[in-house]
Amino acid sequence: MTAQLAVATTQLTRKFGRLTAVDHVDLAIPLSCIYGFLGPNGSGKTTIIRMLCGLLKPSEGTARVLGYAMPAEAEALRRKAGYMTQKFSLYDDLTVIENLDFVGRIYGLRGRELDKCIRALMEEFNLSQIEDQLVGTMSGGERQRLALAAATLHDPEILFLDEPTGGVDPQSRRDFWDTLFNLSDRGTTILVSTHYMDEAERCHGLAILDRGVLVADDSPRNLVSDLDATVLKLKSEKNSAARNCLINLPEVLSAAQVGEQLRVLVKRHVPEPIALLAARLDQQGLSADISVTEPNLEDVFVVTTRKTKSA
Amino acid sequence: MNSFFRIYAIASKEFRQLRRDRLTFGMIAGIPIALLLLFGYAINQDIRHLSAGVADQANTSLSRALIQAAVATQVVDINYYVNTSQELEALMRRGRISVGIFIPHDFERRVALGRRPPAQLLVNAGDPVILGSAEGLVFMPIDTHSVPRSAFERLPATFELRAFYNPERRTAVQIVPGIIGIILTMTMVLFTGVAIVRERERGNLEFLITTPVKPTELMAGKIIPYILIGLFQVTLVLALGSWLFRVPILGDISDVYIGALCFISASLALGLLISTFAQNQFQTFQMTFFVMMPSILLSGFMFPYEGMPAWAQYFSELIPMTHFVRVIRAILLRGASLGDVIGDIAALIAIFAVAFTIAVLRFRKRLD
Repeated sequence: MTAQLAVATTQLTRKFGRLTAVDHVDLAIPLSCIYGFLGPNGSGKTTIIRMLCGLLKPSEGTARVLGYAMPAEAEALRRKAGYMTQKFSLYDDLTVIENLDFVGRIYGLRGRELDKCIRALMEEFNLSQIEDQLVGTMSGGERQRLALAAATLHDPEILFLDEPTGGVDPQSRRDFWDTLFNLSDRGTTILVSTHYMDEAERCHGLAILDRGVLVADDSPRNLVSDLDATVLKLKSEKNSAARNCLINLPEVLSAAQVGEQLRVLVKRHVPEPIALLAARLDQQGLSADISVTEPNLEDVFVVTTRKTKSA
Repeated sequence: MNSFFRIYAIASKEFRQLRRDRLTFGMIAGIPIALLLLFGYAINQDIRHLSAGVADQANTSLSRALIQAAVATQVVDINYYVNTSQELEALMRRGRISVGIFIPHDFERRVALGRRPPAQLLVNAGDPVILGSAEGLVFMPIDTHSVPRSAFERLPATFELRAFYNPERRTAVQIVPGIIGIILTMTMVLFTGVAIVRERERGNLEFLITTPVKPTELMAGKIIPYILIGLFQVTLVLALGSWLFRVPILGDISDVYIGALCFISASLALGLLISTFAQNQFQTFQMTFFVMMPSILLSGFMFPYEGMPAWAQYFSELIPMTHFVRVIRAILLRGASLGDVIGDIAALIAIFAVAFTIAVLRFRKRLD
């Protein structure tokens, strides 16, 4: 069964002293997909990726990556996995081409084969114009392209990307994701952690983590359609007063200002959400235009991470 | 007044950070204690119990009385009895003795004639401090009843001093070979330590350990450049030393490099070991300081090994520099071969093996 799965974990747990960074996580990630880990800072994204790379030993539970048990068979996975760390981990005091040359040799490439590989990568990742530039002087987007080039140099079957787009401008992020889809089309399985909703939406599958707990795991489309809440748009003269009076209602899951409107999430089983909100506002002498709107992934994120807080 | 509070805020923040930096905290107390103990107890310029050998060709009651008198001064301990002055010189070249007492067979006649000193004192002048102590024996009186006291009072001196290996008593001859050791310790321990810790600090290591590279490959690859740098430094100091300070190279030049290579390996392994403990480059500097301090003070480089108490001598045997100082001085200044100092070479190799093994075992391809 594990043969068809890129990643399979059972009750994967990692504790640091008294802190449980990853709390009994079960994952089954199919091959050749882009799978996202979405969660706030400290939700355990990096720790899970490090355990899947064999860099950290699980406190409990098991993890298999491409069928290899982690961390026991980590060395066997090394040639088939690429890892792009959260913090840039290539050499600032080497040039683009020197960095790629180093990584290539570490993976055992030599001579003509290595040259060809580096040329192709620099072409694909748009690094050819800056091949002799010192990495320390490059922009965030350029460094990110180089890091991805280095992580994919040995043509890995699985790619771990830990918040790859931190500190990178929107255009560079879009280009970066285009590259990821190209890799995915060629059969590479990609695990990527992020806290950007637009990036999470692009993934084939998505795990939402909150303080080490897996709170949702499905495709973004299913996560949105299965949302356990009704989403309402509300426009009032006094948005902030309206928010303060609605947030205390037991039926209201969240109320947040988005632009000039309030976005209110009400529990799904409430039969007449618009009437409920209108009545509450009326009590406080407030009025508003209220309408139902389509849920999005951010709403899913708010609802799922809220559950663990009240639990 | 505001300024006072801001200064107070900074000072109290500094103390908080210091309290959490255990290594720095340890150095605040550790350095004064270590230096005080070393200078107070271990370092001694007035040296006694120099290792000595005797060649007593006269073998009379008077010659034996002379030897007794020399031992009674406590300046020398007689460890070897041989027959010829050549044998004494060989022992000195191999570093077994610092002082040789040669009593010729016409010793009694020389005493009776009273024209020149009746016996010879052979001294390794490679270390001026040892020479200074041994000089105290030159006018040593002989306390005996068989010869009238007046006979000795006519003598110009009891011993004729023969200073070996540095008759001109130039400090440079003594210091320069040791400088090679100090420079190599600095380069090898510090540079290697920093080279690995820097990769950890900058995050390079997190990427590197997910590649197929093996810990031994990583370590070997990191140290080979520094071995070459070390050999270059040896060449540089040797060349400058012999050109500017006329430091002799009496031994075989290939022996010099083999000895240096053993020392470089031991120091590199120590650097690697430090790198597995240090979290950042500053900690590497601090830990290196604890290698450098005994390497300078206890190795025999600045202060003679013979002047140290037994505990300090045992401790200094653990320092690579102690063995290297002996090896390099023996080869350069006394023309010894590697075979003459094989014990120190073996000690360097043992230190390398132990430190390298621990370093490789401690370096795991994991972050926890």
